[in-house]
Amino acid sequence: MSDEKLPGEEKTIDGDVVPNTASAPAAGLEREDVEPSPPVTRSGMWSEGSPDTSGYGGIVREYLPVQSSARPLDDANERVLARLESLVDGAIARVLYDRNELTIFVPREKLAEVVRALRDDAHLRFEGCMSVSGVHYPTDAGAELHVVYHLLSYTHNRRVRLEVTAPDADPHIPSVVPTYPAADWHERETWDMFGVIFDGHPALTRILMPDDWVGHPQRKDYPLGGIPVEYKGAVVPPPDQRREYR
Amino acid sequence: MSQDHDYYAQGSEPTTGTVYMPMGGDWVDIEQEQAERGDETLVINMGPQHPATHGVLRLILETEGETVKSVRPGIGFLHTGIEKNMEFRNWAQGSTFVTRMDYVAPLFNEVAYCLSVERLLGIEDQIPERATQIRVLMMELNRISNHLVAIGTTGNELGATSVMMAGFREREMILDFFEAVSGLRMNHAYVRPGGVAVDLPENGISQLRDLIAWLEKHLPELALLIKENPIFKGRTVNVGVQDLSACMAMGVTGPILRSAGYAWDLRKTQPYCGYDTYDFDVPVENTADCYGRYLVRYNEMWESLKIVKQVADRLEQSIGQPVMYTDAKISSPADLRVGPDGQGNSHEHIKHIMGESMEALIHHFKVVTEGFRVPVGQAYVPIESPKGELGCHVVSDGGTRPYRAHMRDPGFNHLQSVPLQCEGGMISDVIMALASIDPVMGGVDR
Repeated sequence: MSDEKLPGEEKTIDGDVVPNTASAPAAGLEREDVEPSPPVTRSGMWSEGSPDTSGYGGIVREYLPVQSSARPLDDANERVLARLESLVDGAIARVLYDRNELTIFVPREKLAEVVRALRDDAHLRFEGCMSVSGVHYPTDAGAELHVVYHLLSYTHNRRVRLEVTAPDADPHIPSVVPTYPAADWHERETWDMFGVIFDGHPALTRILMPDDWVGHPQRKDYPLGGIPVEYKGAVVPPPDQRREYR
Repeated sequence: MSQDHDYYAQGSEPTTGTVYMPMGGDWVDIEQEQAERGDETLVINMGPQHPATHGVLRLILETEGETVKSVRPGIGFLHTGIEKNMEFRNWAQGSTFVTRMDYVAPLFNEVAYCLSVERLLGIEDQIPERATQIRVLMMELNRISNHLVAIGTTGNELGATSVMMAGFREREMILDFFEAVSGLRMNHAYVRPGGVAVDLPENGISQLRDLIAWLEKHLPELALLIKENPIFKGRTVNVGVQDLSACMAMGVTGPILRSAGYAWDLRKTQPYCGYDTYDFDVPVENTADCYGRYLVRYNEMWESLKIVKQVADRLEQSIGQPVMYTDAKISSPADLRVGPDGQGNSHEHIKHIMGESMEALIHHFKVVTEGFRVPVGQAYVPIESPKGELGCHVVSDGGTRPYRAHMRDPGFNHLQSVPLQCEGGMISDVIMALASIDPVMGGVDR
C-alpha cells in the first residue's frame, strides 16, 4: 500500500496481480470469444453504495480475469498438450500452468472430442472426471459462464483441469456424460446453480433446488437472500447487504 | 378410479397406463383392484424421512413384488447454500462453513479447504510441521470415528442396534478428544488456512495415549459382533456389487473402489500433509460387495490407529513449535485457548489489545473484519476422506472472500451408483447397498 501519497491523491494497490505480458498466449491459438479481456478495475475500499469514511476511497485495484501461460511448459505437461493437439485439431484455446496445476481452456465445440481423446488415448488416459463445477464471471464479456472439469488419470497418476466458457446469451456446452458417466449429477448441479445447459445430457433437471425453482442461485447476479435481524434495537442487515471489504 | 386414466398425460400426450393415486379409497380396494389386474409394479417412495436413508435422501423405487426394477435417488433436501454463503464471508470464515458440509467427517472438509486456500496463497511449503502433524492426527481419528458411524449404522439398519451402540460409544471417546482439543465435538472450524486454531492442550498427548489404549481394546468388538455373524454375512455378501470397471466409470473412490480390488488411496498415490512419511497399509478386498466394504472400513480403522500412534510420537518431539503460519497478515492474532467452558479467548491477548496497545487492537480488528487477500487464481486440492476423494475447488479474484468455493463431496458422486448397485435386487438389499456407500447428506447437498 503506497501510504506516502497525499490524502486525496489516487492510491493504487496492484501488488497482487500484475498483468503478465511476458506470458501472453502464443499467437493463433485463441478463439474470438476468449481473447484476453481488459483488466477489471475496482475502485474504493468498500463495496458499492456504502458510505466510505475510511479515507481509502481513492484506491484503485485491478485484476486480470483471463490469464495464460507461454508454451512450451515443462516436459511432462508439454507432452500432454502436444499429444492432445495431435489427436484433436484446435483442442486448446490457451493453457495456464499455475501453482503446479495445469488448466487447458477448450473451445466448447471441441469439448466432446477432447474428453473422448483424453480418456481413450493410451498416453493420456484420464479415466475419471472427478468434479464439474461452474464459475460465473459477469465481467468476462462473451464468456461469462465457465465450467471447470477436474480430470484424473489413475494410470499416469496425474490431473488436469479443463475449462470451457459460454456466453450468458447462449449458455450451451456439450455434455461429457457420454464419455464420463460420473459427470451426470455434477452437470445437473452446474445447470441448477449456474444455468449452463449441457447439450446431450440424458436428463438435465434440477438436483439440489426444488424442481419448480426460478433462477440459478450461485450466479453472481442472484442475491444471497436473508432478512435484517433486529437485536436490542440495532438492526443487522443480511450478509449480502453489509458493507464489505474487497 | 377409472382403469385407463393417466393423470399425468396432458392434453394430447399419449397415456402410458393407469396411474393409481393413494387417496380416495380404502387400501383393501386398491389392493383388490391391483390383484385383478395382475400387474405387480409398485412405485414406492422411500424417504425423504426414512430411518435407513442416512438423513434426508429420497429413493423412488419401482418394484415388482420384492424385486427392485428401478431406483431413482432424489437429493437436495438438505441443501443449505453453504457454497454461496462462503462467497459472502472472508477466507478464514470459510473453515466454519465447510465443516458443516459432511458433518460426520468435518475435519476432512476443513483440511481440504485450507490446503486449497494455502495453495492459492502459495504457502503450502511453509505450514509449520507441528500444524501438519496435528492435522494428520485429527484426520486419522476422524477417519476412525467416521468408519465407526458407517459400520454402526450398517448394523442398525439390519436391526442390530448393539452394533450401533458399540460404534457410537467408541466414537464418543474420539469426540471427547476432539472437544478437549478444539472445544467442540463436531463443527470444529479447528483447521484454519495457515495451520490450526490452537495447539493441543497440555495433557493432550496423555489423553491421546488413553484414547489409543481404549480404541485398541474396544475396536475388536465391532468385528466380534458382525464379522462372522451369519445374519450379517447373509445380508451383505454379494449384495450391492459394483465391480472395478463400474467403479471407474462412475468415478467411485474410497472404500467402495478398494473393495473392488484397486488399492487407490490418495494418501499413498498423491501424498499430502506428509502422509508419505508414515508407515501404513491400504486395505483392499476383492469381493466388490457390501461385506468387502465393511472389511475395508474395519481394517482401515486399524491402519489409521497405526498412523495416530506414529504421529503421537512426533507430537511429543515437536512440543512448543508453532501451529500457525507465522505471517501476522494471515494468522489470527487472537492466540486462542480452549477454556473450561469450551470458549476460546486468551485473557492475556484481550488484556493486551484492550488495555495496552492501540496498534495491536487495530491489527486485531483488521485481521478479524477484513481478513486477508488471496492472489488471483484457482486451485483444486483432493484429499482422501473416509468416503473417497474429497476435493475443494476454490477460485479467488484477489479479494478477501472466496470468489467461488466448490466441494467435490464423495457422497454426492457415489449416490449416482445406487441404481447400479440395487436394480434387480431385493428391496432389503437397497438398504444395505446404501449403508455401504455411507453417504452423509450434509456433504451431498451442501
